[in-house]
Amino acid sequence: MARAVLSGNEAVALGVKLARVQVVAAYPITPQTTIVEKIAEYVDRGELKARFITVESEHSAMAACVGAAAGGARAFTATSSQGLLYMSEMVFWAAGARLPIVMAVVNRAVAPPWSIWCDHNDALSQRDAGWIQLWAESAQEALDMVIQAYRVAEDERVLLPAMVNLDGFLLSHAYEPVDAPEQALVDRFLPEKTPAPYWIDPSNPRSYGTIAAPDTYMEFRYKVQEAMENAARVIEEVDEEWGKLTGRRYGGLIERYRCDDAEVGLILAGSWAGDAKEAADALRRKGLRVGVIRLRATRPFPAERLAEAVEGMDAVAVVDRSLSPGLPSVLAAEVKAALYDRARRPLVKGFIAGLGGRDVTPLDFARIVELTLKSLKEGVGGVECYGLRGGGGGDG
Amino acid sequence: MVTVRELPVEEYWLPGHSACPGCPAALGLRMLGKALGGRFVLVVPAGCTTVIQGIYPRTPSRVPLLNIAFAASASAASGLKAALELRGLDVPVVVWAGDGGTVDIGLQALSGAAERNEDILYVCYDNEAYQNTGIQRSGSTPAGAWTTTTPSGKRERRKDAALIVAAHRVPYVATASVAYPLDFVEKVRKAASIKGFKYIHLHAPCPTGWRFPPSKMVEVGRLAVETGAWILYEVENGVLKLTGRSRALLDPSKRRPLEDYLRLQGRFAHLLRPENREQLERLKKSVDEAWETVRAILERGGRVF
Amino acid sequence: MASELPLTAIAAPTKGAAGRTGLWRTERPVIDYSKCVGCLLCWLYCPEGAVVRRGDGGVEIDYDYCKGCGICANECPAKAIAMVEEGVG
Repeated sequence: MARAVLSGNEAVALGVKLARVQVVAAYPITPQTTIVEKIAEYVDRGELKARFITVESEHSAMAACVGAAAGGARAFTATSSQGLLYMSEMVFWAAGARLPIVMAVVNRAVAPPWSIWCDHNDALSQRDAGWIQLWAESAQEALDMVIQAYRVAEDERVLLPAMVNLDGFLLSHAYEPVDAPEQALVDRFLPEKTPAPYWIDPSNPRSYGTIAAPDTYMEFRYKVQEAMENAARVIEEVDEEWGKLTGRRYGGLIERYRCDDAEVGLILAGSWAGDAKEAADALRRKGLRVGVIRLRATRPFPAERLAEAVEGMDAVAVVDRSLSPGLPSVLAAEVKAALYDRARRPLVKGFIAGLGGRDVTPLDFARIVELTLKSLKEGVGGVECYGLRGGGGGDG
Repeated sequence: MVTVRELPVEEYWLPGHSACPGCPAALGLRMLGKALGGRFVLVVPAGCTTVIQGIYPRTPSRVPLLNIAFAASASAASGLKAALELRGLDVPVVVWAGDGGTVDIGLQALSGAAERNEDILYVCYDNEAYQNTGIQRSGSTPAGAWTTTTPSGKRERRKDAALIVAAHRVPYVATASVAYPLDFVEKVRKAASIKGFKYIHLHAPCPTGWRFPPSKMVEVGRLAVETGAWILYEVENGVLKLTGRSRALLDPSKRRPLEDYLRLQGRFAHLLRPENREQLERLKKSVDEAWETVRAILERGGRVF
Repeated sequence: MASELPLTAIAAPTKGAAGRTGLWRTERPVIDYSKCVGCLLCWLYCPEGAVVRRGDGGVEIDYDYCKGCGICANECPAKAIAMVEEGVG
């Protein structure tokens, strides 16, 4: 294995190259741009034998990926924020069409106001589309995740598109040491051709994506749900297999950090899990048993694994890097839903933090744990917007 | 020029489909299939042809057909062509899109694909409104036409889609009409033999949307050409030539009066009333201007730009 | 039921995808073969493909699918096709 210092974006581009992607269609948007620039270099130098379609919009990027995947090619695109929202119609299309496209989303806040900085609103806005949604913590994981994503997406039990999320700037532009797997290893792990549940085949003409009347539409949509349930199993299988091949195991659907004897937990997705782990270590040194549950997948939502991981905890803080006005915390709501039917469940307190790239440090995570314990004492969970200037922001 | 007898007998768009009686899009699809001998794949955005296919599990299409979202046909076709090439399959990819999905919501993707010179054939079947959703105006609706969203007649002139595409300097652009199917077949065959971006704008007189009896569909299409309202031409590598019946109509005195075309259509009925004389003149002016554009092009040796 | 369906809506080429569309029409084309000159224009212009080529080079109407649009009758240069009201005599 070759070791290099790569940014999160460069790691994604390398994953795309190792996965032998055949068609790339992408439109630039900060902070995704260096992914597509790197891929363009690979293609230009002949290191990646792919057709790079420099489309004129993100909607066209996903449309071109849909066309390419329907034609039997392994397809990739990447975007952020506005670009993801713009292509949303086609994002839904890719899942309904059961096409194993992989897309890297470099998570960035949505406008207005304009912000190029990190939050998770973009990806979470697409949570109903039927895409598998995975979240990387490190550049190494981002590289591995792109390869794993194709493996999961193309599995015959799944055949759904997969989103690899990485935090804008915080991960996309941060440089870390990365071990690049050998091409031969990736070739063994990832079969060369996408499977053929259907390919456009001139010798077997079919019309794809026709009208389905009310007597069949529900069943077609429910198949996406069934595929997503299968994806949960496949994600774990694939992580296990990758672990055997490379020594790098990430925990499957969730990563559990010091959870076994934890009395309080931090639940979140993305690169700030690193800061949360630092806070957990610091608090443990002071005698508080803190654990961190990092959601590697939010779709399928890992309800069972989550419930297992929080067993024994008195309280959990769900830290959401997005805001769904009126709800307001997407992840907190999904965690509560997952735990609702359990006989014993911890107090769940939701925190909205870090929107638009606002910095959240280990000290902040420690404070969040403190606020959670306070809520536990009062017996009331709720949701608060952490660190809102000028006061307000919830019942914390 | 191919003759009727030389066309393949095979049908590649099977009878008993969902189109209205007398549908020009259906006729166009039959001719497209015969032009290419059933060896091509179709990309079809939202529009009449989505519904003409009927409902799962049946389709009239004997060639592979990818249905796609309204704005996305040119991009989806670009990706599809790339994939087929990577598989070593040398099969034409043909977009079959309505005027809505071409000059309005689909224009950006069309322009992008043309600028990239994608190796696809884009056919726009133009029934001059959003017919599938119930006859609302499009950027291709002619001035003066009644539609549900222009109840007093459209005030604006239409976009000239063929010239817009020609401005991208692609290898082949043509106009055609379902009333002149052999001319259309020749153009499809010529286009398919060229590498790069090809565009054919196919006039498709819609009985349902234009308000005339289905039996008159081909006659209305013929009158469009005979009166000069629709011009048949092709642009090969930037050089324009009139084709078929239009070759004889550069001289305005050879064209039948526009009223001969308009009076058959309910959507233009109001234009023939004296109080709407101004609207009628605006439509006639737009027809004359289209011919003046062609004349000026021909006078400089056919160079469009 | 769901397991019988394919992955997504994938439809197979079928004659009569919309059913027996011949039931739509209110009048039917009738060819007077004594007048027919065999120009094949009716076959060319039928949007349905319901004018069918016969083995002997002639044409006949496929009444299962003919929607009665009347284009064939309108275009026939020999006036060999008449549109006759359905269900009458």
